[in-house]
Amino acid sequence: MKLPETIRAAFVIARRDFTATVLSKTFLLFLLGPLFPFILGIGMVGIGAQVDRNAKAPPVAIISSPQEFDLLMTARARLEPVADSLPLTELRHVEPEADLAAQRTRLLSSESEPVMAVLDGGLAAPHLTGTVTGKDRTARHVTLFVDEARRLAAHPPAAKVRLRIDQARAMAGPQAARRVQTGRIGQVLLFVLTLMLATMVLSQLIEEKSSKVIEVLAAAVPIDAIFLGKLFAMLATSLTGIALWTVGGAILVANLASGGIDALPVPAVGWPTFFALILIYFSMSYLLIGATFLGIGAQASTAREVQILSMPVTMAQLVLFGFASLAVGQPNSGMAIAAAVFPLSSPLAMIARAAELPDLWPHLLALLWQAIWVALILRVAGAVFRRSVLKSGKSRRWFWRRRPA
Amino acid sequence: MLRQAQHERNLECAAAEARDLVKEFDGKRAVDGVSLTVPEGSITGILGPNGAGKTTCLRMMLGIIDPTSGTRSLLGHDRPIEIAHQVGYLPEERGLYPAMPAVEALAFMGALRGLPLRESRRRAIELLRSRGHEDWARRPIRTLSKGMAQTVQLLGTIIHHPRLVVLDEPFAGLDAINQEKLEQLIRDLAEEGVTVIFSTHVIAHAERLCERIAIIAEGRSVFEGAVDEARGRLRPIVHLRTRAEDGPWRTALPQSAKQVGGEWRFELPPSGPEPLLKALIDGGAGIETLSIERPGLHDAFIAIAGEAAAREMGHVPAAEEAA
Repeated sequence: MKLPETIRAAFVIARRDFTATVLSKTFLLFLLGPLFPFILGIGMVGIGAQVDRNAKAPPVAIISSPQEFDLLMTARARLEPVADSLPLTELRHVEPEADLAAQRTRLLSSESEPVMAVLDGGLAAPHLTGTVTGKDRTARHVTLFVDEARRLAAHPPAAKVRLRIDQARAMAGPQAARRVQTGRIGQVLLFVLTLMLATMVLSQLIEEKSSKVIEVLAAAVPIDAIFLGKLFAMLATSLTGIALWTVGGAILVANLASGGIDALPVPAVGWPTFFALILIYFSMSYLLIGATFLGIGAQASTAREVQILSMPVTMAQLVLFGFASLAVGQPNSGMAIAAAVFPLSSPLAMIARAAELPDLWPHLLALLWQAIWVALILRVAGAVFRRSVLKSGKSRRWFWRRRPA
Repeated sequence: MLRQAQHERNLECAAAEARDLVKEFDGKRAVDGVSLTVPEGSITGILGPNGAGKTTCLRMMLGIIDPTSGTRSLLGHDRPIEIAHQVGYLPEERGLYPAMPAVEALAFMGALRGLPLRESRRRAIELLRSRGHEDWARRPIRTLSKGMAQTVQLLGTIIHHPRLVVLDEPFAGLDAINQEKLEQLIRDLAEEGVTVIFSTHVIAHAERLCERIAIIAEGRSVFEGAVDEARGRLRPIVHLRTRAEDGPWRTALPQSAKQVGGEWRFELPPSGPEPLLKALIDGGAGIETLSIERPGLHDAFIAIAGEAAAREMGHVPAAEEAA
């Protein structure tokens, strides 16, 4: 069959697969897919906060005069903003008794009101008792509180400082750090999408093999057309999904994030080019991995066989992802260049580069290189698919199964 | 007259041809040197028990799988896929997308065979309407019964007006009424000049429909030719009832004659019916009834493929049946 006829047949199959997928209920789930990690994340943060609250460390008992305790509490309050999300050690005031040693022992052994440690001796000669060492977080906190309280006692602040703040967006240092994040997000997005879609196209093929539709297709059109049709249908489906996610995401960011889309770190190549590159690199990555998956999937006849076969490929994918992620933050390093040259990790490495460096020529070079590999892998995977999908083609016997002559 | 001449001319050229087809799967030979010629415009049946290699032969002829060795051509093309738009195929294991509405399934099958989608949809609606199934059009395949789905797939096989239709076990799973409808459809297709090849393990269908048959047993073709030629391999069978138990007339019966339930059965001697009749009368047989029956395809099949193959297809040899 001539090439235009193969392309026409591939289009017929792609159109069927595309409409069947996009108009199905599962596509809605697919679209909602990115929300699940988000919801899960919020849930985990909530649970984490609750766990933190439940597991709050007991306070340190301060045996001191009320004045000294007030100074310590003021010092603690002044230090709280620099602690960020990590809670500072809590303090509890205890009036001094006649027998200090007995009071200390009683406080430390109390089960109804447990304490981490006991501080006595005042600000002049502070003495911490408890199951703590000098390197413990509690001991370090108490040291800071005492230092600050002494300073406050000597030089009370006149008035609270009012800092005038001017927001600057184009500073190189923070920008570079945030671009690394953009690169990493782009990489994860590409990796997860590619893996998800390659698995989806594989399940679809297995479904067709088990429902015997594949024989109807194989009798009517060349196997190459089936292979290309299936591959490109899923690509079109995923690009539709990405387009909808992008629009949805942009609307969300514009409405929810302060400063809108401008608040996000601008990639080095700029947003429009970055988006275009994400789409192109995703297509390349999907064609490379999807074709490999289809070639492998054609040899399996049940979903279980697919799982067994796809497991090592998925693991290899993870290794490639790890390899490409080493390039993030150091786009000109040897590792980054190696990841960009190796065809299967190249799209992942290059999208990180697009976030970090503004040059476009390496992308043109990489895309050309990836296109060569896409053509090569499509050809090889297509041949494997053709040979395996209906046990067609010349039979090939592996060396360990060769019959003696 | 003109139609008859056209028909005879068509029979001279082959719509499908296979020469020494061999197919091995993992070293096991499923088809072992099958040759077959299907004249254009004919109805040809491929007979054989399950596992004989019928489906594998059809798949090779259609180009779905490649033969390990041997050659095949379809409508004059060595690469069957090149002529796929002129061929219709109904596989043994029916396959349709369960969620697809019937009309879309038909349109898809037409588009696969080269029809523009719009034209394919138009024909799909027309096909369903012409057979009184317009109410199926919007129903997803999964909501149709097995017979309905099979009808949809069969219509999808002819939506593009093919020159050659290949049906693999088309009668399997159909009730008697739908089997009759299918037989009529096959006759209608042949009437329009379409070549029909179908595989079956029910000899009665082949006997009613086919001009030519190929018998495949254990991966080998054991007969290929006209139905009459297959029947002609057997001599007509004589059924005789006499009043006399014994007498000189018994010498007129061949040694192979068997008595089944008071009736003698034997092959008509090569000399024909007249000398036999004379010898029976002269020998005092007292003929009660005498009939000469032309052998059916069933008997021919047993004679050609062997009793074992017939048994595998669920056909009991006549003698056993009578007993």
